[in-house]
Amino acid sequence: MPESTKDIATQLESLREIVLANIVMAGEIPSPTFGEENLTRFVSDRFTESELDNISTDEAGNIAGIVPSRSAKKKKTGERNTILVSAHLDKVWDATADHTVSATETTLDGRGIADNSTGVAVLVSLPQILEKLGIGLNSDLLLLGTTRSFGRGDLEGMRFFLDHTPLKIRAGICLEGMQLGRLSFSSLGMLRGEILVNSTNDQSDAGWHSGDTAGAIAVLSKIVARILAIEKPERPRTEILLGSIQSGSGYNVPPTKGALRFEIRSEEGDVVDRIHRQIEEIVNEADALGQATCELNVLATRTPGDIGFTHPIVKSARETLESLGVKPRIAPSISDLSALLDRGIPGLTLGITTGRGRHTESEAIEIEPMFTGLAQLVSTLQFIDKFEPDEQSE
Amino acid sequence: MSNPSKTIDQWLDTNTFHHEEFWDLKKLVAEKEKKGLKISLCIPTLNEEKTIGKEIIIFKSELMDRYPLVDEIAVIDSGSKDRTLEVAASYGADTYLSADILPSEGFKPGKGENLWKAIYQLGGDVICYVDADIKNIHPRFVTGLVAPLIHRDEVHYVKAFYDRPLAFSEGIRPSGGGRVTEILVRPLFSLFFPELTAMVQPLSGEYAVRREVLEEIPFPIGYGVETSHLIDVYQKRGLSAFAQTDLESRVHRNQTTADLGKMAFGILQSFLNRLESNGMVEKLPEMATVFRQFQAEGKDYEQVLKEIVEEERPPMIEIAEYRKKFGKG
Repeated sequence: MPESTKDIATQLESLREIVLANIVMAGEIPSPTFGEENLTRFVSDRFTESELDNISTDEAGNIAGIVPSRSAKKKKTGERNTILVSAHLDKVWDATADHTVSATETTLDGRGIADNSTGVAVLVSLPQILEKLGIGLNSDLLLLGTTRSFGRGDLEGMRFFLDHTPLKIRAGICLEGMQLGRLSFSSLGMLRGEILVNSTNDQSDAGWHSGDTAGAIAVLSKIVARILAIEKPERPRTEILLGSIQSGSGYNVPPTKGALRFEIRSEEGDVVDRIHRQIEEIVNEADALGQATCELNVLATRTPGDIGFTHPIVKSARETLESLGVKPRIAPSISDLSALLDRGIPGLTLGITTGRGRHTESEAIEIEPMFTGLAQLVSTLQFIDKFEPDEQSE
Repeated sequence: MSNPSKTIDQWLDTNTFHHEEFWDLKKLVAEKEKKGLKISLCIPTLNEEKTIGKEIIIFKSELMDRYPLVDEIAVIDSGSKDRTLEVAASYGADTYLSADILPSEGFKPGKGENLWKAIYQLGGDVICYVDADIKNIHPRFVTGLVAPLIHRDEVHYVKAFYDRPLAFSEGIRPSGGGRVTEILVRPLFSLFFPELTAMVQPLSGEYAVRREVLEEIPFPIGYGVETSHLIDVYQKRGLSAFAQTDLESRVHRNQTTADLGKMAFGILQSFLNRLESNGMVEKLPEMATVFRQFQAEGKDYEQVLKEIVEEERPPMIEIAEYRKKFGKG
């Protein structure tokens, strides 16, 4: 395999412009969570040009198409095995942000270029990549662009698709633009929430204020201090991420409203539940003090899943990366992969290339390492295609 | 002279396109091959390293690798100080220094120089010129311009225009070019070449032209190249040789009023040169009094005519009553 995987990377160099053009075009189409229609249309057009079967969008806005297996004529669609390759279509950027992509000799730069324009571009280029390499799979290859993965989207796209598809999916690969070497085969338990504080004190900006002049900020800061004091175990790995805090409008008006957004992540679901309850208590106590009304809203949750470090698919992906001279970076995921693992479908998240500045306006990807990432994807697909699930129990 | 309004209306109807009419690239390539046409794409550059790479990626992938519509992509550079040529070459464009082409003719710095030298350097029956500073580059910038030449043998010169209203949900909207077009070129055309006002954006830098037309017209090397092309081709072949295609939107650097002043100055020089060489200065034609602008509804364009007669009064001293009242003899 080592030689052949490197050969794949070399052969794919001739598709350089095709893949890069797809990254640029996917990159310049705004696609905020819940507003992915234009990028869906682009993916749909590309699927049509590649003459995929069963191209369709569903009620959640996902776009799917099938590269039929070599044995497609012998068996009906429902009877064949299906391998899923997906990329989430949504980006963290608002539609009004400048989505211009620029190309240097070695990089492509622009908002969302890594997360996830590159993943989407690889998804739509995959039919040509396989054709170029003369690879026909024994399984149907289901290509899926998913909507609503970020924030309040809460993986709605992927979840909807998996809950409603009649296809027998034997394994899935989720594509992310970066980082090459990333190998996710487990998903973390996660709870994403917001704490809203609403105080009702004097809002005038002149003279002396009655009572507590710090308003919502004071209440929120007490809540923050107590959250930070929550004990977190070293094992299972657990973290509480305070993502954003918003309150107030100037120097001299006591703020009446405040919001704190946070995420709890842990390798074990029980720990997420325990910390969730603790934060709930903190918020309830703050509410009972009467300075302000405080409430906790849960926006998204994930249960942890894992197919195991020694699973043959994971092992193959690791070996492929090592053969390409890339050190695997094992990291759990909270993205679309967790929806697969939740449903008992073995899956991986693969990074396509190296990059920098994820979720910043100077997000950029390196062009050359991309071919290594593509070779890794193709090799992993070939392995899954041949892999018999029974081998796992051996 | 025939009625310009009627000619323009007819021309708008038959020779004004929208790029979406040419969405079927497979069909376009088949028609191009049937006619045995060779198409060259020329991108004139000067310090465009930020946008050139992306243009080449998109054009090469979509219009050479995926659909073989374009036979060569050439960047002709006026001597960039940045890495324009290196970036363009790294994505597979043919790159040339304008000064190296036809050295016997010397080198003049200016965009028109690069366009002119492209006729010598490139092999196409059609040359499509696209500026390098477009931020929202898309294959339509080429397909929309070459398609009318592929489909219609009598069309020789296809010009781009951009009409994507930002805040008109429905109904009629004003349509037209940039500030220099509306303040300078449209009034000049309305006065001296009324039929040319049919061009919604006479100064757009994107156009596709047949070789036999390019080789028979002179090229101002600076700002006047687009205006003079229109006048020269119009005088040789008439309005029916032109077509124009709506490419929807073009995002580029905004120019300051001072820069536009320089542009207007260059255009005026080229324009007046043409009047002079056509003998129109000594014997000025009767100036038209109809000013022609455009409005659009959906994808339909129509002229908006306004009669503007600049009547004049003589100096007051020539009026007898005045002289009498003020005792001025």
